[in-house]
Amino acid sequence: MALTDKLVSTVTESQVWKSIFRHGMPDTPRNQALAVLSNVFLHLHPIKARKSGIKLQYTWCMGGISFFLFLELAVTGILLMFYYRPTAEYAYMDIEALGDHVPIGIMRELHRWGAHLMVLAVWLHMFRVFLTGSYKPPREFNWAVGVILLTLTLLLSFTGYLLPWDQLAIWAITVGSNMARATPFLGHEGPGASLLMLGDIPLVHAGDDARFGLIAGRAVGEAALLRFYVLHCIAIPFVVMILISIHFWRVRKDGGISGPL
Amino acid sequence: MVEAAKAIVTFLTQPEWLITLSGIAMALFFWKRDQLVHPRVMLPVALASTLFFVLSCLNDNFRAIVTKPDNIPIVLLLVFVGFLFWLAMYQAVENDKRIANGLPPQEAADEPAKVTVWPNLVYTEMICIILMTVGLVIWSVFIKAPLEEPADPSDSPNPSKAPWYFLGLQEMLVYFDPWLAGVVFPGLIIVGLVAIPFIDRNPKGSGYYTFAERKFAISVFCFGFLVLWVLMVMLGTFLRGPNWNFFGPYEHWDVHKLVPLTNVNLSEYIYVKWMGQQLPESILVREGPGFVLIGLYFLALPPLMAKTFFKNFLRDLGFIRYNLMAFLFLFMLFLPIKMVLRWTMNLKYIVAIPEWFFNI
Repeated sequence: MALTDKLVSTVTESQVWKSIFRHGMPDTPRNQALAVLSNVFLHLHPIKARKSGIKLQYTWCMGGISFFLFLELAVTGILLMFYYRPTAEYAYMDIEALGDHVPIGIMRELHRWGAHLMVLAVWLHMFRVFLTGSYKPPREFNWAVGVILLTLTLLLSFTGYLLPWDQLAIWAITVGSNMARATPFLGHEGPGASLLMLGDIPLVHAGDDARFGLIAGRAVGEAALLRFYVLHCIAIPFVVMILISIHFWRVRKDGGISGPL
Repeated sequence: MVEAAKAIVTFLTQPEWLITLSGIAMALFFWKRDQLVHPRVMLPVALASTLFFVLSCLNDNFRAIVTKPDNIPIVLLLVFVGFLFWLAMYQAVENDKRIANGLPPQEAADEPAKVTVWPNLVYTEMICIILMTVGLVIWSVFIKAPLEEPADPSDSPNPSKAPWYFLGLQEMLVYFDPWLAGVVFPGLIIVGLVAIPFIDRNPKGSGYYTFAERKFAISVFCFGFLVLWVLMVMLGTFLRGPNWNFFGPYEHWDVHKLVPLTNVNLSEYIYVKWMGQQLPESILVREGPGFVLIGLYFLALPPLMAKTFFKNFLRDLGFIRYNLMAFLFLFMLFLPIKMVLRWTMNLKYIVAIPEWFFNI
């Protein structure tokens, strides 16, 4: 016992340890505050929070789980990117190879099941925020940011759906993106599109309408694969990270963690 | 005996009964919430649901569809939504009792107490992260991510389904054309959600569970989220097979199942069936009655409602907010109304102008 105590104190009093953790063990209120304040990740939190607001039965922890899943998906996604080429020639083979060449490899599974769970967690987070009335003033703006984040979560999942380039992928995206054909005025099978004529020339047709813009072609093909890959891996996560920062920051600024105001 | 039970389940899961009965069940749950949220009522309900699920898994068709790897999240969704909805309503009923007795809600009673984030919140988060990680790893080890045949643009599977979280919208295609179900409704859902805090001006119920103080807001949101979204996702995933036909939970997905299409447009009802004449040549005359109905619905109903049962809303919200609320509310109700019209009188379109891709 004396030996472990000595070992612990040697480590925690070393210059290296103290250069990283600039406070003592978090067993006094002062050090507990410092533990949160002096850590870049933990300082998202306030030092103190409402007792009611951190109860599991109140928050369901769904916002935290959504964020955790976002990070989990970023990590597994980066690893998957090392082995995946977004071309019609290689995409399917690369996914197949992941299953065949890696013994008990679970990165693709972690990514897929995590993605399903994230959609679920974000929906339930919204449900909880609604039921506790946590969108009411002064939190209106943050609720709106949350709605955008929910939409982006669905788009992240939707763009990722195409990447395995199997039958499920291509046809799910075909069914989904076919809707864009019917966009009023902007889709070639949408109401009002036939009004947009320049003399005899239709301005909106299958080669330039909303669906064409979404999938970069008249059908889901290689251009759509590349487009969805870039959206999935770079563009949407980039926007999501910015909005998550705003979302968290505004939780602090708009009265802190949810509770009676 | 077993066959009879299966027949009853198949009958009740038909879209018209499933959606109607769920709506009624939700209304009943809100109405008799004080008694129904009690665990002595809800525990047997949960056990009965579990028993139903386990027994149904003895059926090959049922088991095949609920254990399909990509469908597991939907089973989880139903379990979580059911449990958490109960948990929220349970706390709401408890709080409403406290408020009725002149006490603050439980959350406010805890309010003066602030606790340090380390360790009270940080540890909860850490345990949550560990449990999630362990759960995901176990799930991933035991269930492989499926990979179907390579993409083939010339071979479309039947049924072709959108990703599961959009199946509520795909189910809506039964009742509306793509421009509504696939573009306008999703757009208005997003706009409507963003608008909620600006429409709901009720200052009560901020930061605690309650039902009594926010009856209208919670009822409308729960109907939209639980019935029109979650239930429709479930319906689209589990009960829609080839050609988007309805298949009961124990039914084999037969590609050759024939369902007669007997849907009739409003214009045909009016001119052909009731007036016994040909459809008029002019599109505007032909679809006039439909336009009038839609116009009345969206333009005449809001002021009418403001005079009757929404009197307080107009007073509390003001003109712009009230009309925005009424429009979004009526648009949401448009879906169940169209459903009922389809189920009861096989109505296809209220306004049908395929020449302009304009069908409502």
